[in-house]
Amino acid sequence: MSKPKIATTSMCGCFGCHMSILDIDERILDLIELVDFHKSPVDDIKEFTDRCAVGLIEGGVSNDENVHVLQSFRENCDMLIAVGGCAINGDIPSMRNKVPLRECLDEAYLHGPTVHNPDGLIPNDPEIPLLLDRVYPCNEVVKIDAFLPGCPPSADTIWTALVAVLNGEPLELPYELIKYD
Amino acid sequence: MSDTFTFTVDGVEVAAEPGQTILEAAQNAGIYIPRLCHRDGLEPAGACRVCTVMVDGRPQTACNFPASEGVVVDNETDQLLELRRDIIDMLFVEGNHWCMFCEKSGDCELQALAYRFGIAAPSFPFQFPADRQADLSHPDIWIDRDRCILCGRCVRASRDLDGKHVFDFVDRGPAKRIAVNAEARLRDTDADVTDEALEVCPVGALMKKGTGFDVPVGRRTYDWEPIGSEIEKRQTQE
Ligand code: SF4
Ligand code: SF4
Ligand code: FES
Repeated sequence: MSKPKIATTSMCGCFGCHMSILDIDERILDLIELVDFHKSPVDDIKEFTDRCAVGLIEGGVSNDENVHVLQSFRENCDMLIAVGGCAINGDIPSMRNKVPLRECLDEAYLHGPTVHNPDGLIPNDPEIPLLLDRVYPCNEVVKIDAFLPGCPPSADTIWTALVAVLNGEPLELPYELIKYD
Repeated sequence: MSDTFTFTVDGVEVAAEPGQTILEAAQNAGIYIPRLCHRDGLEPAGACRVCTVMVDGRPQTACNFPASEGVVVDNETDQLLELRRDIIDMLFVEGNHWCMFCEKSGDCELQALAYRFGIAAPSFPFQFPADRQADLSHPDIWIDRDRCILCGRCVRASRDLDGKHVFDFVDRGPAKRIAVNAEARLRDTDADVTDEALEVCPVGALMKKGTGFDVPVGRRTYDWEPIGSEIEKRQTQE
């Protein structure tokens, strides 16, 4: 039987959760015995061509591209796990939720103390993903099956969860692995 | 003492004296009833409902409900755990709790209760309130209203322990917020960095400046053991 496939993505996050995935150290050798990595920044596979058992989502939903990526993960993965604070509650990027989007853009591109923008234009190229009005937690956009809190979740948390899920066992984190920081 | 009487908590017999609350008597017997707005040494307020137990089948707040002879108290039932979990979830989503940069993280009672209840993510949508103003005016203390859970501990401590009445609530319902006893700013009150009011805040809402992140991750209060285990240990030692 071929190994189950796992896909990962980093949306509105800092890649710290992916660093934490790599931080499982030599257990990564055990992991590739258990799974094949499919679409993921780890192997740079860009499109889904196969069904995946597990999708690991880092980051919240901040722009239209994030929405599309998240929806394609939902379509192509049996189980979606929100990995880390940003995917669960928006975390640091969601600090902008206290400020209207227009004010955020004004501060960043027009009136911020270090801005030099003689044309007075806010970037609006079709190539640039369109920002949403606020940052959304993943489970407000698609159904999420499990949550791994932490900023980032520790390598032990990710490892414990993956081993449980891949062996069809319930995902129960021990006390010291539930952390919000 | 002749006045001592007993009642049960989850079937365990607990001794109490007249005037004790259910929470106090249970705690003396090594039984932890979760609480958030209550703290030993403060007058109970019954504000948060986290300590809700069933007393002879009716929900009551253990922090201010007097113990009495022979009552049957349920504490750790599935129904009560779910109710407490929901309260904690609601407190998280109605404020802005960015734990990853909060100076209180690891020592915060709200977070610790979420850990104890095994909450990986709240089950309600996040509100991201935009109207919670911080007060950074005081040289040694600041108020971060994003994190305030309206428990009223600072109100009671400032009034009853510090004898100052620096804090109180204004407005009602969703607009209710903690305010200071001055026109607008904390620096215009007689609040001081040595006030008890600062020590009692369960979350990172009332903080001392210049002390954040003093304790490294791994050595903070709730890094390894759930909140309440210090009380539960009393039971196992006896
Ligand atoms: S006050 Fe507690 S729950 Fe809120 S952000 Fe700080 S550590 Fe987290
Ligand atoms: S500032 Fe702290 S102690 Fe005061 S009401 Fe808010 S959470 Fe409670
Ligand atoms: S601790 Fe009893 S109501 Fe808050």
